Amino acid sequence: MAVKVIIPAPLRTFAGKNDSAEFQASTVGEALGHLTSKFGDLRKHLYTEEGKLRSFVNVYVNDEDIRYLAKENTPTKDGDTISIVPSIAGGAGETGEA
Amino acid sequence: MATKAEPLAAKAPAAALSKEEILRYSRHLIMPEVGMEGQLKLKNARVLLIGTGGLGAPLGLYLAAAGVGKLGLVDFDVVDFTNLQRQVTFGSSDVGKSKSEAAKARLSNLNPAIEIQSFETQLTSANALELFKDFDIVVDGTDNFPTRYLVNDACVLLGKPNVYGSIFRFEGQATIFGMPEGPCYRCLYPEPPPPGLVPSCAEGGILGVLPGIVGSIQAMETIKLILGRGESLVGRLLLFDALGMKFRELKLRKNPNCPMCGTNRTIHQLIDYYEFCGVRGEEAPAPNLSVPEITPRELKTRLDRGDDLFILDVREPHEYQICNLHGQLIPLGELPRRMHELDSSREIVAHCRSGKRSAEAVDFLRKAGFRKILNLRGGILAWSDEVDPSVPKY
Repeated sequence: MAVKVIIPAPLRTFAGKNDSAEFQASTVGEALGHLTSKFGDLRKHLYTEEGKLRSFVNVYVNDEDIRYLAKENTPTKDGDTISIVPSIAGGAGETGEA
Repeated sequence: MATKAEPLAAKAPAAALSKEEILRYSRHLIMPEVGMEGQLKLKNARVLLIGTGGLGAPLGLYLAAAGVGKLGLVDFDVVDFTNLQRQVTFGSSDVGKSKSEAAKARLSNLNPAIEIQSFETQLTSANALELFKDFDIVVDGTDNFPTRYLVNDACVLLGKPNVYGSIFRFEGQATIFGMPEGPCYRCLYPEPPPPGLVPSCAEGGILGVLPGIVGSIQAMETIKLILGRGESLVGRLLLFDALGMKFRELKLRKNPNCPMCGTNRTIHQLIDYYEFCGVRGEEAPAPNLSVPEITPRELKTRLDRGDDLFILDVREPHEYQICNLHGQLIPLGELPRRMHELDSSREIVAHCRSGKRSAEAVDFLRKAGFRKILNLRGGILAWSDEVDPSVPKY
């Protein structure tokens, strides 16, 4: 199934500056697996060391949150869009300026 | 699924509009969706703005223009020159002034008929509930995670809607949290990201007009809530991509297991949000790397003396174009791959904008075996302050 993964602005630096990527996948987990294989730096921003999706990152298939579907086992079909939606606060950073 | 907006109950309705108010708001009054009844609702509404910066600017301006009867402005910061790129309530003559006071002055001039209260204070767990209780709606225009969680929790505890907006570079989000049947911020994000993961406006940059758009959307949603008109963003996360000029929408569900607003709530009071977000809340966070340093003056002295020093600049190419010390540019992210370009037998001075990234570079290179390497304390900003003021600061 051809699915498109939308990469949000805060994570684009870890994904070669791409704002989206397309993969063949039949579940959300598979699509995210392809994504983190292609962009290794993304992995630690999306997953904990134990391999769980981080809770400040939400994943949607089309407009539904996967937490209310089948989580990473949520099936995907042709043309589905997977959105990664991290929390953004806008403005000052906690650790100050670089 | 979109939710029909419920009108907020007016507490003690103002009796009428004055002749002047009728003229001022005539363009509202001739719309059946507003009319005298709607304008009176606006006059009786009390809205608290948390933050008077990028998002707070259009918020304050449009809510004041619309005739919201009482506006509270919470901001402890002062106007900085770099704010003027996006915080359009302020002018050049406001640099250095208290933001809440400067915003109050601007909004009072726009609409002297409304009551504006400025709170030049940091919002904390100790004062949030007291501050919020005299207002009907809270609008979150803040810029950090601890405050976002604080605003959310205080709104849920008090049963007040939280009109949320946030921005990052070219993207924005907007929704309404805190309505009784709707989700709260924790339903969407139970945990904050670790500090340092999401860059600030100073680090990542921000297109000035973006908070103008998102803040205006927040103002629109606030007005619709007051009027009880249209379909609100409760249960919908609006995503705005400015570069693509696209709006998308995701469904936000109330999480039945949410510790704040779920059926088995476990949080009953405000907490230490800085600790929750892993931030100790210092004004200037203590450097957590101790690396050998050189001050700008010391560097200047040694260069003038003819010492053979290699200047390594670990900033990004677009920063090099703003100003530079003619160093060799290897951005911090590329250092692991490119450190073979460095000669470890030479004495290296690493610098960045303010000394933080270069401290990481020095730490990294020392662990890789470089023995003669120093961090320029304070970066090129300190060089401009202490050695050569002709170097522009940014």
